[in-house]
Order: sequence, then C-alpha cells, then structure tokens
Amino acid sequence: MKNIFKSSIGRKIAMALSGVFLIVFLTQHFIINITSVFSEDIFNMLSHFMGNNPLVQFILQPILIAGVLFHFVMGFVLEWQNRKARPVTYAMYKGSRNSMFVSRNMIISGIVILSFLVLHFYDFWVPEMDYKYIQVKPEDPNRYYEELIHKFESPIRVSLYCLSFIFLGLHLVHGLSSSTQSLGTNNKYASTIQKISYAFGIGIPLGFCFIALYHFFIHF
Amino acid sequence: MKLFLKIWRQKNSQSKGRIVDYEIDEISPDMSFLEMMDVLNERIIEEDGDPVAFDHDCREGICGSCSMFINGEPHGPDKLITTCQLHMRRFRDGDTIYIEPFRARAFPIIKDLVVDRTAFDRIQQSGGFISINTSGNTLDANTIPIEKENADKAFDAATCIGCGACVASCKNSSAMLFVSAKVSQFSLLPQGKVEATDRVLNMVNQMDDEGFGNCTNTGACHVECPKGISLDYIAKLNREYVKANLKK
Repeated sequence: MKNIFKSSIGRKIAMALSGVFLIVFLTQHFIINITSVFSEDIFNMLSHFMGNNPLVQFILQPILIAGVLFHFVMGFVLEWQNRKARPVTYAMYKGSRNSMFVSRNMIISGIVILSFLVLHFYDFWVPEMDYKYIQVKPEDPNRYYEELIHKFESPIRVSLYCLSFIFLGLHLVHGLSSSTQSLGTNNKYASTIQKISYAFGIGIPLGFCFIALYHFFIHF
Repeated sequence: MKLFLKIWRQKNSQSKGRIVDYEIDEISPDMSFLEMMDVLNERIIEEDGDPVAFDHDCREGICGSCSMFINGEPHGPDKLITTCQLHMRRFRDGDTIYIEPFRARAFPIIKDLVVDRTAFDRIQQSGGFISINTSGNTLDANTIPIEKENADKAFDAATCIGCGACVASCKNSSAMLFVSAKVSQFSLLPQGKVEATDRVLNMVNQMDDEGFGNCTNTGACHVECPKGISLDYIAKLNREYVKANLKK
C-alpha cells in the first residue's frame, strides 16, 4: 500500500482526488459568491463565518492551500514525466482526430488558472491576512461586500477574471470526467458523467463571470 | 496515383534520423499501404539504395506487427484497422504522406520505421498469464460456468494485438490501454482471478519501469486502437490496482 503513490496509477489517483477536492471547494466558493448578487447581508454573513470560524481558518484553509499546491506541483511533475516519455516528437501529429483539445492541453489551462490564483490571492487573501493578522484591525462583519465590489470596479481586472474563468471551464470540462475515470468509475456512467462535466465546466465559470460582470456594471 | 512521401529514415538506434522525401507514381488505389511500401523499396533497391525498413508479418490485421504513424495517426487515417489493412484508395492523387515510426522512449527505434516493442513482451512476462499445467489433464471447455457478460468482456480485452498504437497515439506515450486489456482479459475469468493481485501489481510496476508516460484520460488510445479496446478497461485497471494494493 505504501508504494501506491509512487506508481503511475497512484499518481493519477492522487491527481484525481486533489482535483475532486478542489471542485468541491470551488462549488462552495461559487455558492457563497452568488449570494452577493441577491443579498449583501447573506454574503457578509457567510464571508464572516468563513473568515472567522477556527475550523475553516486553521484546518480547512491550510488543507485547501496544500491541496492547491499539491495539484499544481503534481501536474507539473506529470507533464515533465510525460514529455520525457517521448523525447523525439512527431513531424505530423493529428491529436484533434482522436481527442479533445482541452484534454491535451490541461497544462496550459492549468498555468492560466495558476496565474489567476496569484492575482486572486493578491486581491483577496493577502489583504485579508494583512487585515486580520498584521494590522490586527477589529473585525467588521459588514466589510466583505464592500471589499468585493471594490475589486470589480476595474474593467481590466474584470476582463482578466473572466478570461481566467474561460480557462477554468476548459480545465473542468475534462478534469471532472477524467478524475472519475482515474478513480475507476464504471464506464456505463461515462455518458452521464460527461454531461455533468460539461454542465459543471460551463455553468460554474459562467456563474463566476456573471458575478464579476454584475458587480462591475451595477456599480459602473 | 502519384504520391509525395516524407519518410523517417534512421540508420540505427544510435544515429540521428531525419525525414527524407520520395516521389512515387503509378500506385494503384487498390494496393494496400504495405504494398505501396514494397513498390517503393523495389525502386529504391533498383537504384542501389537502402530500402526503408518497416515491420510487417501477417498482413491481415491480426499480428500487430505493422507499426507506422501515417499522416499524424497510428495505422493511418482509418479507424479500427492496422496499417496492412489501409488501402491507397484512402488517399488522393498528389497527396503528401508523412510516414514515421511509433515514437516513445519505451519503443526505441531499431531502424527507419522499425521500433523495439519488447517492452510489451516484458510487461506480459511480468504477469500476463495464468499458471496452469498445460501438459495433459485437458478439461472440458465448459467445466467452469462463466457469466456471459464477463466472458464477452474478457474476449473483447483479449482482442488486443499489442501493436502499440495506444502508446503511439497517446500524447504521453502511456501504455495503460494495453496493460488494462491484458490485466482484464484474465481477471474477468475464474482461472485468472487466482493470480489477479500479483498480476496487476507486477504488470503496472513493469509498465512504469519501462518508461511509458502517465495516462491523462484523453481517450486517444481507444480511438486509434485497431481493435477498439474500450477505456472501460483502464477504469477497471485502476480499480484492480487499488484493490491489489489494499490487499498487499
């Protein structure tokens, strides 16, 4: 059992598990964010809970950061190993004849998402840490909505966010169905899983785009 | 038909190869692709040149020897066939055709289009068998009842001819489809279940040792497989591998 994650199958299972974990996080992140469109108070309440609950802050947040780092590091390791497995490339390779573009270019969508996360952390996580642990300001349960709409005032930032969400969608369309395959799901469910992957991969990023654009235009 | 061929030429495993251009005419659309290669080689030999080395044996889609990567796909543009079953009518007069060897670190080039696919043999030797006495003691075929569904799945998996198209088409040079078929064809049957745990562990370990890449579920292997081996076997392999690790 101890050697399972040293094998190629073990690595892909680890990649799938971390991916599913991040998908779960993404879903709850979306649910919280979409409330900002309907109710400032509910958004503030949920954000305050997430930002101050010790379980979320000191256990789930480190696990999440570890999960993100693991997924990216493992993604790069797998890409490096896979490139090594074909030292001389084909003069002509028609990948489009047998596979989806998104499935062959997960590393590209992944790098864009990683770049987005750097911006996202700079925008929200770093100021949050500064507010709470460096400046140690008194907690204001109503500050979150204002902080959110302030970030979506810039058209450049909103454009960058929306562009990143498109790449997130491309990553999810293959990532979700691929993770279930890696976890050994019987292929009789493949068609349903593929439909769910498309629905999730298009729906969630589209929803995030909507939130960003909504706050941009509503406060234009 | 007149064709413009771009063929990978490489003297041996140590030398550096390159694409060499050939022009060939008077090719019948009814020729198989390998017959076209035969005609090309006859002309090269007539001009005292070194013929293009390529693998072939049965020429009826069974042995899995022919291994060319034609116009960006293993076994050429048609599906569910091997190179020997590809016919020149699939191309048009004046076409340019790229002909390359299957490329993977685990399939080193021996010469021109011939690659060393003994990595597959070593994977098979590591567990792709059942340990029974085959000398005498012959039993009736239907002594052990087997569910129809499992028998069909085992037969489907056993149609893998080990040609290596899965590795060649996979962007990661993964051999997962081959290994999954070989593991499944035995583990689905009662005779193969006895050694199922060791088999899957040993075959996956050997696959990794050979230097194949990691599967990222693009599905290219299934599409390009001349026998249409399903991705379902890869999911089954993943399940069996986890189960085997939990037992060990």
